[in-house]
Amino acid sequence: MEDMIFYDRLQFAFTITFHYIFPQLTMGLSLIIVYFKWKYLRSNIEKYNNAAKFFMKIFAVNFTMGVVTGIPMEFQFGTNWAKFSELTGGIIGQTLAMEGMFSFFLESSFLALFIFGEKLMGQKLHFLTGFLVFLGSWASGWFILATNAWMQHPVGYEILENGKFVLENFSALFSNPWLLPAFLHNQMASVVTSSFVVASIGAFYVIRKKQVEYGKLFLKTGVIFGLISSLLVAFPTGDWNAKNVAKYQPATFAAMEGIFETEEAGAEIVLVGQPNMVEKKLDNKIAVPNILSFLTHQDWNQQIPGMDQFKEEELPDNIPALYYSYHIMVGLGTIFIGVMLLALFLLWRKKLYTFKPLLWFIMFLVPFPYIANITGWYTAELGRQPYLVYGLLKTSDGVSPTVSSGNTLFTLLGFVALYMLLGFLFLVLVGKTINEGPKLQKH
Amino acid sequence: MEIFWYIIIAFVLAVFFILDGYDFGTGIVHLFFAKKEKDKQVIAKSAGLFWDSNEVWLVAAGGMLFMAFPTFYASVFSGFYLPLIIVLWLIIFRAIGLEFRGQLNYQMWKDIWDTSFGVSSLLLALFFGIALGNIIRGVNLGGVENGVSAYEGHYFFLPLWNSSFSPLTEHPGVIDWFTITIGLIAVVTLTIHGANWVILKTNSSINLKLKGVIFKLNIALTILTLFSLFMWQIVNPNSLNNFADKPYLLIFPLIYLTGLIGLFFIKKIKKDRVAFLLSTMLILGGITSSLASIFPIILPSINNTHESLTIYNTSTSNYGLSVAFIWGIIGLILLVIYAIIQKRLLGGKVDDMDYGH
Repeated sequence: MEDMIFYDRLQFAFTITFHYIFPQLTMGLSLIIVYFKWKYLRSNIEKYNNAAKFFMKIFAVNFTMGVVTGIPMEFQFGTNWAKFSELTGGIIGQTLAMEGMFSFFLESSFLALFIFGEKLMGQKLHFLTGFLVFLGSWASGWFILATNAWMQHPVGYEILENGKFVLENFSALFSNPWLLPAFLHNQMASVVTSSFVVASIGAFYVIRKKQVEYGKLFLKTGVIFGLISSLLVAFPTGDWNAKNVAKYQPATFAAMEGIFETEEAGAEIVLVGQPNMVEKKLDNKIAVPNILSFLTHQDWNQQIPGMDQFKEEELPDNIPALYYSYHIMVGLGTIFIGVMLLALFLLWRKKLYTFKPLLWFIMFLVPFPYIANITGWYTAELGRQPYLVYGLLKTSDGVSPTVSSGNTLFTLLGFVALYMLLGFLFLVLVGKTINEGPKLQKH
Repeated sequence: MEIFWYIIIAFVLAVFFILDGYDFGTGIVHLFFAKKEKDKQVIAKSAGLFWDSNEVWLVAAGGMLFMAFPTFYASVFSGFYLPLIIVLWLIIFRAIGLEFRGQLNYQMWKDIWDTSFGVSSLLLALFFGIALGNIIRGVNLGGVENGVSAYEGHYFFLPLWNSSFSPLTEHPGVIDWFTITIGLIAVVTLTIHGANWVILKTNSSINLKLKGVIFKLNIALTILTLFSLFMWQIVNPNSLNNFADKPYLLIFPLIYLTGLIGLFFIKKIKKDRVAFLLSTMLILGGITSSLASIFPIILPSINNTHESLTIYNTSTSNYGLSVAFIWGIIGLILLVIYAIIQKRLLGGKVDDMDYGH
């Protein structure tokens, strides 16, 4: 039984992590594509249109990968988490089905039109199809976050005698206090990823002295979008989310902040340290007193419950992983703001395009927003443990009763092999597109 | 409310098999009949332009099934664990085959992805047929052995096959001689459908030859259909009772029969659309007849211990179904509108369309 849950969780974690590499780029990139297309409509300068179409090419490869790795997510609710599906399908099925019908459809139908229909439709309609792709991808995020928000903070449900959750209030699913902050935080984080991708491709062109005109455009656009989104990720959206965790999942909050013992007055904020689960303390700790209380409650001396206040079974089951995920995310987010501030300053001083060290740094920074996004999701998901539906349904009670661990390991290995291949092909194709650059557009 | 949702989901699923069905069929045609590079490219393109917006119907059907009949979704998806995951992998190979073939201009690269597209389309058609066969044959709900249940009464687990390959044992596998027959019917039907699609959407050099292929396949389909009806009587002697009780359900087999008979005149049919419509009727009629034969059951139990899964004992609350009905109808109308807009704008033959992402 233990084995079974372990493989089921590992398979879901692996497939969702791989999947989320793609949507985080498409959501943010669609916004930047719409921006380029809009600039083209306003200025009629061909450069912007080429930029839009260039990124749509990258978008399309990402979208394909997102679709083919996304369908296994929907299927796995039934295949590996049958008990969870049976008990909660009447509720999360609502938001998941809406995602399929309203957003995924919009996105995939109009993506084909955006790619193939420019000559057919004229520029204004072409802009509109691009906008609808953007709308579809963000609506997709909205419905998925609504699903997750319900699992983090269940609302609008009723539990029947046989243990099944049924919907009692449909609109509560969307007025869930967890949803809006999580959605905005997530969307801004996806804009961060896309901005870094755009800026990084720009830096590559400028350093390589190839298609420099586009390199500069991408750098400038990436830096401006990147700074705004990096700031918004931290404040207000990140702050807002942290307050939600403190309010609705206090045990999780203590674990992710690494507070082992409750302090009399204000709680300190931990910058560095490794959780020592044997002695229940942080090793090599660097912390600043009272800041956490102030950030959470705007009161320097407000007490924040530590892990000692909670029973073992209320705490997340992997505290170090949760703690690291959260701190990696926050640390990277802080670095992003710093880099983008510096880049914007140099852009303003007209030195960005010639200051090579920063260009190299920006170019190689590109994996890190992906890591920040994914560790952010790990924080949310590890933080919700040991529950699937917070406080109500344990993860161990959600797995399929009939699927053996041997079968799950088999399919997990299959997914690993297949996704390695997919990842390799993806890099080859995106690398090829970037290498060709926007100038060599065929259409 | 359950019946409404049942009809909506059946409709969406049928649309999926009609739309993505021609992509699968196109893949099979591509695998066996396309020899020249020009034909291969055009035929792949006739599926490549549409597969992702067609696949959305599967996602929509899955989501709605999850919402409306969560117990059924949980039971069937975990019970058919291995075949479903294999279907997922095939769907991935099909998609990347289509998307990647045009990306690099090497013959070997193209051959790899052509094979990936063709073989996975063939296997997908086979597996979807087998799946339908399993649904109408029924499963050992509760995993009953010698009167003792291994699981709760609405769960089961099927191996891919058992040593006898017989549907008549206590624990039939996913693949047995009955379900494989239905699988073959699906392959033949979708090949006909795909061939019609290729004729309709391309100017490939094999169009004329494909009409001959359709004719021959139609003979095979007729034989297979009769054979499967005969076997079905062995597997489940009551299989046609629903039609006797409610004669209006006979409309569904009639749709199938019209398609089947009509396709014998394929060489005389001047309009490619009419031929495509006939193979659409085959798919629509085939699926609806199968579902109608067991309605309101959606997964028969083959033991006496546990009752079959029906639309009533697997559904969510009435409130959930009702509120979803409102957005479901709006969503469905939107889906149909998108599909029509897209297919209109990308109407006509695909040969000269710009396709290279």
